[in-house]
Amino acid sequence: MYCLLKCAPLILAVAVCHGWLFGDFVEKQKELDEISLWPLPQKFQSSAVAFKLSPASFQIVHAKQSSAGPSCSILVNAFRRYFEYMFGDLKKHEKSRNKVYDSDLVELQVWITSADPQCDGYPSLQSDESYELSVDKPSAVLKAANVWGALRGLETFSQLVYKDDYGANNINKTEISDFPRFAHRGILLDSSRHFLPLKVILANLEAMAMNKFNVFHWHIVDDPSFPYMSRTFPDLSQKGAYHPFTHVYTPSDVKMVIEFARMRGIRVIPEFDTPGHTQSWGNGIKDLLTPCYSGSSPSGTFGPVNPILNSSYDFMTQFFKEISTVFPDAYIHLGGDEVDFSCWKSNPDIQKFMAQQGFGTDYSKLESFYIQRLLDIVTATKKGYMVWQEVFDNGVKLKADTQIHVWKERPQYQDEMAKVTAAGFNALLSTPWYLNRISYGQDWVNVYKADPQNFTGTDAQKKLVIGGEACLWGEYVDATNLTPRLWPRASAVAERLWSDKSVTDVGNAYNRLAQHRCRMVRRGIPAEPLFVGHCRQEYMGL
Amino acid sequence: MSRSVSQSRQVRWCLIVAVVAVWVQQVDGVWPLPQQLHQSPDRDPLSPRLFSFTYGRDSAAQTGCSVLDAAFKRYFSIIFPDFTTGSENVLQYMWSEHSPFVVSVSVKTRGCDGYPDEDSDESYTLSVSEGQAVLRSVSVWGALRGLESFSQLVYQDDYGTYFINKTEIVDFPRFAFRGLLLDTSRHYLPLHAILKTLDAMAYSKLNVFHWHIVDDPSFPYQSRTFPDLSNKGAFHPFTHIYTPSDVMRVIEHARMRGIRVVPEFDSPGHTQSWGKGQPGLLTPCYKGSVPSGSFGPVDPTVDTTYKFMESLLKEVKFVFPDSYVHLGGDEVSFACWQSNPNVRKFMEKMGFGKDFTKLESFYMESIMNMTAALNKTSIVWQDVFDYHERIPQDTVLEIWKGAKYQAELSRMTQAGHRVLLSAPWYINHISYGQDWRDSYAVRPQNFSGTDEQKKLVIGGEVAMWGEYVDATNLSPRLWPRACAAAERLWSNEEKTLNADLAFPRLKEFRCELVRRGILAEPLFVGHCRHEYDGL
Repeated sequence: MYCLLKCAPLILAVAVCHGWLFGDFVEKQKELDEISLWPLPQKFQSSAVAFKLSPASFQIVHAKQSSAGPSCSILVNAFRRYFEYMFGDLKKHEKSRNKVYDSDLVELQVWITSADPQCDGYPSLQSDESYELSVDKPSAVLKAANVWGALRGLETFSQLVYKDDYGANNINKTEISDFPRFAHRGILLDSSRHFLPLKVILANLEAMAMNKFNVFHWHIVDDPSFPYMSRTFPDLSQKGAYHPFTHVYTPSDVKMVIEFARMRGIRVIPEFDTPGHTQSWGNGIKDLLTPCYSGSSPSGTFGPVNPILNSSYDFMTQFFKEISTVFPDAYIHLGGDEVDFSCWKSNPDIQKFMAQQGFGTDYSKLESFYIQRLLDIVTATKKGYMVWQEVFDNGVKLKADTQIHVWKERPQYQDEMAKVTAAGFNALLSTPWYLNRISYGQDWVNVYKADPQNFTGTDAQKKLVIGGEACLWGEYVDATNLTPRLWPRASAVAERLWSDKSVTDVGNAYNRLAQHRCRMVRRGIPAEPLFVGHCRQEYMGL
Repeated sequence: MSRSVSQSRQVRWCLIVAVVAVWVQQVDGVWPLPQQLHQSPDRDPLSPRLFSFTYGRDSAAQTGCSVLDAAFKRYFSIIFPDFTTGSENVLQYMWSEHSPFVVSVSVKTRGCDGYPDEDSDESYTLSVSEGQAVLRSVSVWGALRGLESFSQLVYQDDYGTYFINKTEIVDFPRFAFRGLLLDTSRHYLPLHAILKTLDAMAYSKLNVFHWHIVDDPSFPYQSRTFPDLSNKGAFHPFTHIYTPSDVMRVIEHARMRGIRVVPEFDSPGHTQSWGKGQPGLLTPCYKGSVPSGSFGPVDPTVDTTYKFMESLLKEVKFVFPDSYVHLGGDEVSFACWQSNPNVRKFMEKMGFGKDFTKLESFYMESIMNMTAALNKTSIVWQDVFDYHERIPQDTVLEIWKGAKYQAELSRMTQAGHRVLLSAPWYINHISYGQDWRDSYAVRPQNFSGTDEQKKLVIGGEVAMWGEYVDATNLSPRLWPRACAAAERLWSNEEKTLNADLAFPRLKEFRCELVRRGILAEPLFVGHCRHEYDGL
């Protein structure tokens, strides 16, 4: 990026002579209004020269030199998906395919350059998502090291195509070189406070891909319900879900989510939050939770996971063994937030244990004791872990590659980010991106303005910020309102996490985002409006 | 043989009694709460195969009554959703000994082909006993309300069997005008979004669709008299308009559900989009001594304006059967009028001095007189009254300004005007958490005034302005939040003051809305038996 900035005046001078246009599309000619890339690529040049694309003859193909071919299902599926996004249903064009149409641009060649295109792999934190896209007559070329970059490039290419006033598809001569600013760009959905039918989760994975998000943080269980169907402990969902058959995620549901996400270059990181937020676990696993006491007798209610019983750790060992095989991602989110100590305090056995361990009355030490044992259990499954910030705040001993997820408003998240990174840990930011919190008006603007690296710290500290997540907690959200509440507000987070730090112009972002939300609507995502106005094609579902 | 049968029947009867005791709490879910509702634990199973609606022998309406015939069909599928989709358990009906159940509907007056209006009698009585229900009402509109209540009384047990408890209901609305405003100008709402909203309104017993059809941003109403209004003023002249047949469809869909359609043609402000198709209608704003190129409110100083408005209102009278029309009159900015030398000259001529509120009143009075001459009742926003208290007595005033609406209620009713309350129900304003409780806590007649004054409050409206709302998010933003006002406007206030008591009933009702295909958002953590499985 530095290079680009330095060279910019030079390139600009040359480019202007050649009729190139730079920077924001939006304030340029009318036809460029339609382009509206989101999130904005790192480097791009676009000229006013427009090429026609005919759906009847245009093709997305593997480049000859590409290491991927027809057997690469991720790409083949993506070709079809993006063709449909650009031109609508394939069948519509079948009839006219034989006729010859003028098409300036006949194909998009997708060129995977590395020896292993990763067609059958899963995306990871280390995945290279960069790509280069060159649109010129007669072929456009998309170059990426592997399928993950190609997926991002296909999305960008599809966003470059626009319809002119006569309904013809156009694309401008364009050069793009793009890569994400942060490696971890996530969305958290909460399927415990309300059950989210599979359809909704899949639709949101679609929308995530349209915004170049790459992590689905699945807050799958919590106090209110346990919809994850475990093979090892079927009673967990049998007794802990809202309904043991209609409100659960079966193993094949989970598989489907993971595969659907993989096809879009999205990682699925499940969260199994303990020791708090576990009321629903207790329904299916006897003695897992701490019995709370009222005076000298059990009150009949339960608190967090009981940290003093070996059986708790035996359970966790078996349970996380299953989780580590079901979810292919290298990371698991272990929660660790908001542990309420009052129940532990009430329980005489816990008090005794505290005394034995020499914890005094400091219950955060007991929490640390639990978490440390849990981390050992998870480490044994060869998984890395993410935890909410409290685990770090409480001084639990953590592996160096632990990712600390910052979510609290106090202390200020900037201070927390500084502290976490100063301690050498990877940090993820969510505090300013709790999108379940709504207010009247254009609240995406504040979402857009937040920057994860906006804290006092060294360059080395800044580098430890691996990204962030938009969170949509489920207190007031289910299938009826999830999608319009999340989109396009989460798109603001998407651009912050993908595009260059300098992309901060709200006015410019508004214009592009308004178009981008119409694009999502056209693709079947009920993304709500930013403000007064209209889309050429309004949402037709309901 | 016969002996053993009767024995098994006895056993079953005992079982039912035992089960009923557990289930009583499940059957009090009528929203909005009826004025009088008595239920007993005795219940009857209902089988869709042996269930029918029929017209009572003494009913003035009989088969052929369009409103009720259609309602029977509609409510049958609502009551037995799995019957129509063909997924019912056939065995269940073979093995059980269900007996027929008949809902007999009797209305005193026919009126099946008319439109609901301000005087419509929506009262009804419903008596559910063994094997039958008797629904009596004065008008078909009351019968519709009764059918809605009946449909909410039916529930399914865990085995999928439908039941209804022995119930007596005497019911009538507290207020005659229970409205919902949709704004189709700031965002265009496709027809199906409007029709769906009408469905949900009927479920909540709301009875007026206030169609804020045009405004500054766009003019989607396709006028026969002035086609250029939508040709040039809509977001798109073909895809983002309401054709005459669209409007007819909305009116008929509403009529079938006992809902009035009151259109709003707001002027003289909020008319930017009108100007595109009707040159000379808006006031040219001036910058110094030359026109700036921008336009302000409708130009009240020229005759052509009044001719245009008269033609438009004549068309509106012809297209919209309701006797009310909303004339707007809110938020007029005087800056443009002030800048225009012709307007200033006119002010001088009329002796208005520098008081532009007089000019606005002058305009509104002309428009209201026009409306009266067309035999329509005008509704105007409170601004018109605030500027000029002497306005035609039969004008209905609508309160929208947030602060001190109680004082405004006092003043308006003291002046003898009928009043609609909307200020506390601007539910386009959203916030985090259970904001339906604020809507629910509103007490429309809680202001200082005589009983006569209280009676002048004819109802209220939930408003969903369109700045941030279109087809993508309209339904979940409206429902179930609008239900809070719906109950306040229908039910007895004393019996419905406690939001905590209302909560479980509203929660159940929102699940029912979801089951009926309305995207009603959740009130809080929890689940519905049938979650929404669309997108």
